[in-house]
Amino acid sequence: MDVTTSLSKEQLTKMYYDMWIIRNFEENLLDLYQKNLAYGGMHVSVGEEAIAVGACANLKREDTIVTSHRGHGHCIAKGADLKGMMAELLARKDGLCKGKGGSQHIVDMSVGVLGAQGIVGAGCGIAVGSALSFKIRGQKNVCVNFFGDGAANTGSFHESLNMAALYSLPVVFICENNGYAVSTSFARSTKIDKISVRAGSYGMPGVTIDGNNIFEVYKTVGEAVERARQGDGPTLIEAVTYRWYGHYVGDPCTYRPPGELERWKEKDPILFLEKYLLANKLCRQEEIDGLKAAAGKAIAEALDYALASPEPEPADLFTDVYFEK
Amino acid sequence: MRQITMAEAINEALREEMRKDPNMFILGEEIGLRGGAFTCTKGLMEEFPGRVLDTPISESAIAGAAYGAALTGTKAVAEFMFSDFSFIAMDQIINSAAKSRYMFGGQATIPVVFRMSSGSGRQQAAQHSQSLEVLYAHIPGLKVIMPSTPYDAKGLLKAAINDYNPVVFLEPRVLYFKKGEVPEQEYTIPIGKGDIKRSGEDVTVVATGVMVERSLAVAEKLGREGISVEVIDPRTIRPLDTELIVASVKKTGRLIVVHEAPRTYGMAGEIIALVMEQAFDYLNAPPQRVAGHDVPIPYNRNLERLAIPLEEDIEAAVRKSLKYAF
Ligand SMILES: Cc1ncc(C[n+]2csc(CCOP(=O)(O)OP(=O)(O)O)c2C)c(N)n1
Repeated sequence: MDVTTSLSKEQLTKMYYDMWIIRNFEENLLDLYQKNLAYGGMHVSVGEEAIAVGACANLKREDTIVTSHRGHGHCIAKGADLKGMMAELLARKDGLCKGKGGSQHIVDMSVGVLGAQGIVGAGCGIAVGSALSFKIRGQKNVCVNFFGDGAANTGSFHESLNMAALYSLPVVFICENNGYAVSTSFARSTKIDKISVRAGSYGMPGVTIDGNNIFEVYKTVGEAVERARQGDGPTLIEAVTYRWYGHYVGDPCTYRPPGELERWKEKDPILFLEKYLLANKLCRQEEIDGLKAAAGKAIAEALDYALASPEPEPADLFTDVYFEK
Repeated sequence: MRQITMAEAINEALREEMRKDPNMFILGEEIGLRGGAFTCTKGLMEEFPGRVLDTPISESAIAGAAYGAALTGTKAVAEFMFSDFSFIAMDQIINSAAKSRYMFGGQATIPVVFRMSSGSGRQQAAQHSQSLEVLYAHIPGLKVIMPSTPYDAKGLLKAAINDYNPVVFLEPRVLYFKKGEVPEQEYTIPIGKGDIKRSGEDVTVVATGVMVERSLAVAEKLGREGISVEVIDPRTIRPLDTELIVASVKKTGRLIVVHEAPRTYGMAGEIIALVMEQAFDYLNAPPQRVAGHDVPIPYNRNLERLAIPLEEDIEAAVRKSLKYAF
C-alpha cells in the first residue's frame, strides 16, 4: 500500500505544520543566540525535520524517545511543551529544566521525552533501559532513540544494539546520518558506507532510507514501531539527511565542499511535503500559507512566554540535587 | 618576552616533542584537519602526516589505543575535547594505564598523556563543565597536572610527554585563549613542583586553574590595604608539592585552599589534612576551603557563575582568617 494514500489530510497537514514549528523554533534560536539571550552549546536540526516528525507521528503519548545534543526537533515532534522549551533555551525559571539544563538536556517526561543527552552515544543505552522497562512491566510501548552518524562509532551504540536484539526489546534506533560529526565527514570516520549494515551483525533488521522524504520515514518507522510493539524486537533505521547550519551555532562550516548545502536545500523536506500537498490538491496555497503563519504565531507566543519568565534565583542553584521525601 | 595563548603553548609543546621523537603520535576527535576544537593541534597534521589521528567518536578506543601504543614503547598523547567525555575512557585510563606498571611487576613503562579541557564558564551545562582532577588524582599510578598559565602548560606538557608514566593533563577551557609570557627557547617544568605566583607574609592561598587568577586579583586588591597574601599554584595535583605548601604555611600561619571542583572530598580537604599533619603548630587560624558548591554545573549563566568561587569568596576567606583569634 502506498503510504501517502493511507495518511489523511489532517495527518498530512499536521506533519507539515509540525515541521514548520521545528524550523521556526530553531531559526528563532539562531537569532536569540546572536542577541546573547540563548547561549552555551546549541545545535539545530534545520533540514532534518522530516525524521523527527515522520518518526514521532507513529508514537503514542506513552511511548518514549531519547535524543541527542541535536534534539529540539525530536522533543517538539513528541509533543514537548513549546513554551517550556523556549524558556529553557533562554535559561529561565519556567524552562522545562528550570533553566539548569539548556539545549543539550531538554526533557519533558510528561510526554515521554526522556531527555536530550550531551554525551554522544549515551542515549542508546538509556533507550534500551526504557524498552526493558516496558517489557518487564508488560506495557505495549516503544522507545525511539535518535542519534547521529558519529554516535554509531561509540561503544555505547554497539553494546546497546546487541543487548536490545538479545532481549528482543521494543526499541527503534534511528541514526540520522547528516554526513558529519562536527567537522569530520562520515567517510573520514567510518569505513563502511551504510550504518544500517551493522544491524545484521547484532541480529536485527537494518535499513537505510531518505530522511528528507517524510513518507519514507513515516512508513519505515511505522513498521519498526509495530514490530517492536508486537514483541518482535528492535530495528536500526539509518535516515540520510543534511544539517543546513553548522554543527553548533556559530560554526563557520569551512569543512563543507562548495555547492553541497545548495544541493541539499533543493531537497528541503518541508518543501517536499508542501509540493505534494499542492500537487495532489490536498491543500490550496492559502491553506499552506495559513499553516505556516500559524506555526510562526505559535513560536512567537512561546517566545513571549519565555521572555516574560524570570531568571532563576540564586537559591535555585541548590535545588534538585537530590530527591527529598 | 613574547606573549602567546595557552592553546598556542600546548601546540608548541606537542610540535617540539613530535619533532624530537619520530614515533610519537597524537589522537583524538577533531584534532587533525580542524586542528582541535580549541586549536591546540593546529597545523600538526600537515607537519606530521600519519602521526595525527582524527578519530571517530570512540573515547574508549582512543584511551585504549593510546595506552596500548605507549605500552609497546610509542609515546602517545590522547585528546578528549571535554574532560566530561573521558568518563567513557576511564576504564582504560584507570584500570589499564594507571595500574599496569604495578600489576605487571614493573615490566611496563607507559609514556602516555591524556589531555582534556576542563571546567565551567561557557554555559555548557552539567555534562560539559566538570572539574575532574581529584577523581584522577585519587588513583595511584596516575599523575595529574592542571596548569594555569601558558608558560606552565608548555613546560609541564613537555615534561608529561617525557615522564614515562600515564599523566592526566587538564586544561582549563576558559584559559585557552588568554595570553602569557612564554620564552622562545625550549624548557620543561618538573612535574610535582608548585610555583609561588605571588609571595606574601600574612596568609597562604593555594589555588589551581582559573582560581589562580582570581586569587591573584584578590591578593593585589588586599595588597593595597597592606595585607600580604602568598599565592601558590601547585600546578601538579598529584604528586603534590607538599613541601612548598607546608613551608609557606609555616611562614604565614594561615591557609586557604581554592578550587573550582566541588568541595566535598575535594583537593582542599587533602591539602588541609597534609598541613594539619605537618604544620599544625604553626597555624594561627583554621584552614579554609573555598571551593565549588556541591552541585552539577547549571546552564543559566548567573547560576553557573555562582557555582564556583568568586573573588569575593576568596577575599572573605582571607579576611576571616586574618580576623581569627584563638
Ligand atoms: C562522548 C562524546 N564525545 C564527544 C562529544 C563532542 N561532540 C558533540 S556532538 C559531536 C558530533 C556528533 O556527531 P553525530 O553523532 O553525527 O551527530 P550530529 O551532530 O551530526 O547530529 C561531538 C564529537 C560529546 N558530546 N560526547
